[in-house]
Amino acid sequence: MASTETGRSGASAKDSPVKDTYELFGLEAGLDALEVAVTGRRPLAQRVGRTLREKTLPPVIAILVVLAIWQALISFKIVDDPSKLPSPSAVWGEVEDAWLEGKLLGYIWTSVSRGLFGFLLALLIGTPLGLVVARVKFVRAAIGPILSGLQSLPSVAWVPPAVIWLGLEPSMMYAVILLGAVPSIANGLVSGVDQVPPLFLRAGRTMGATGLRGTWHIVLPAALPGYVAGLKQGWAFSWRSLMAAEIIASSPELGVGLGQLLENGRTASSMSMVFLAIFLILFVGIAIDLLIFSPVERWVLRTRGLLVKS
Amino acid sequence: MATTLAKDADATVSVEHAARIEHVSKSFSGPAGQQLVLDDITLDVAPGEFVTLLGASGCGKSTLLNLVAGLDAPTAGSISTHGRPALMFQEHALFPWLTAGKNIELALKLRGVAKAERRDRAEELLGLVRLKDAYGKRVHELSGGMRQRVALARALAQDSQLLLMDEPFAALDAITRDVLHDELTRIWKETGLSVLFVTHNVREAVRLAQRVVLLSSRPGRIAREWTVQIPQPRRIEDADVAELSIEITEELRGEIRRHGQH
Repeated sequence: MASTETGRSGASAKDSPVKDTYELFGLEAGLDALEVAVTGRRPLAQRVGRTLREKTLPPVIAILVVLAIWQALISFKIVDDPSKLPSPSAVWGEVEDAWLEGKLLGYIWTSVSRGLFGFLLALLIGTPLGLVVARVKFVRAAIGPILSGLQSLPSVAWVPPAVIWLGLEPSMMYAVILLGAVPSIANGLVSGVDQVPPLFLRAGRTMGATGLRGTWHIVLPAALPGYVAGLKQGWAFSWRSLMAAEIIASSPELGVGLGQLLENGRTASSMSMVFLAIFLILFVGIAIDLLIFSPVERWVLRTRGLLVKS
Repeated sequence: MATTLAKDADATVSVEHAARIEHVSKSFSGPAGQQLVLDDITLDVAPGEFVTLLGASGCGKSTLLNLVAGLDAPTAGSISTHGRPALMFQEHALFPWLTAGKNIELALKLRGVAKAERRDRAEELLGLVRLKDAYGKRVHELSGGMRQRVALARALAQDSQLLLMDEPFAALDAITRDVLHDELTRIWKETGLSVLFVTHNVREAVRLAQRVVLLSSRPGRIAREWTVQIPQPRRIEDADVAELSIEITEELRGEIRRHGQH
């Protein structure tokens, strides 16, 4: 016991820098180990199981409940008029017919290809526009309010002028998409840039990241979460604008997209076709968001430690 | 009025000081008109010297550091440094979209280091702050102390002769802060850097510095200076560190008390 104590008092003597350094490194390693949060992701099988249970099951149940209520309305003759409310099986029959005629994917592809191409154009225009508005004071004062005001203008309002200017051409559709999506993409980037912590800008400046280099290395990556949120909203706006354009401006030359399908259902007084079109529009909107935008958004947030729980 | 930021080319001219602050004043326009924050500060930091700037809140010590860093311009007087000083903040200011290693590589890239060398140099610097395994780690995966060490490595990556530190350990717990004091002392000795370290913690100032400069508040003026001759390695609980700390604290309290009198 006594010898241990002597050893200890020897070790704490401060006139031995080597011992000190050794102690420091050990202490530091211990602190690092204690303070670092246990990270790392669960094994794949567990993750898939959890995702199915926590993310997939609830919406499936919700859909089943809606279907059950719908079927009950028909079965118990609460709504007894197929021209007002078709039965689920009638709508499903519509899906089957369209599939067997080989038209179903055609409807979807016509609209999705337009929507995505329009969105990409909006991206190419909205990004530099947003950057200029965010960084140049005069431009922000001049068009910033208009840009955010445009977001609240329903894009369907652009359909009549677009038809008059461009005729019943695909370019009319793209014009409507752009007018709907460019403001939200640009605004997303502007708010992303506005939320960049000033500390990052100062840190960048001390490292020599000023002007364009600062924009590229600091401002843009720091603004990415806001930008991605803007893109997500931009897609929603693209899709809505496109549907508005397709419903109002139908012409044989434009081909049949989902909007025209809806309009065709109305003129043919086929409620099941109208339902089919609405479901497909909803389905595509959700699918694109789930397949493209949500994963990108989650990746951005997770790499920055901003996602509380995956 | 002249503000000189000497470029690297001038570094070949004999170096007598890492930073020269001459008659610097700074005022900001506030609601009550022009407010003088720094009043006629003259201070040299010699090459390889460790100086702490000590003062109560509102003494303008962070303002002075910003001026030296070139983030702001003085109202009067001149500041000259050799090249752009590196600056470390109280918050780590690491970029969360980059890994620890890439944060350091960005500093190297902005300094113009060739791509092929960056990775090796970044790992070397991480080794210096003893975080070799942290290269691929994201900022949020590191503890507070580790973040400040990566921030220190990133500041060192700027390869500047002068390191400015703005209360870099103020947000850390006592044990971690103590460890980082030892690390900083070790790295300062290994690299031969000049350090200008701002703090409101008297013991920290005495623990680290060769020279402690006390600033008075509103406006900030140099009130007194102490040369610390206690040999390194020092401990924050050492008797001679405590003794000098008590003396400086008395002086600092006197400075603060003056403000309550009118």
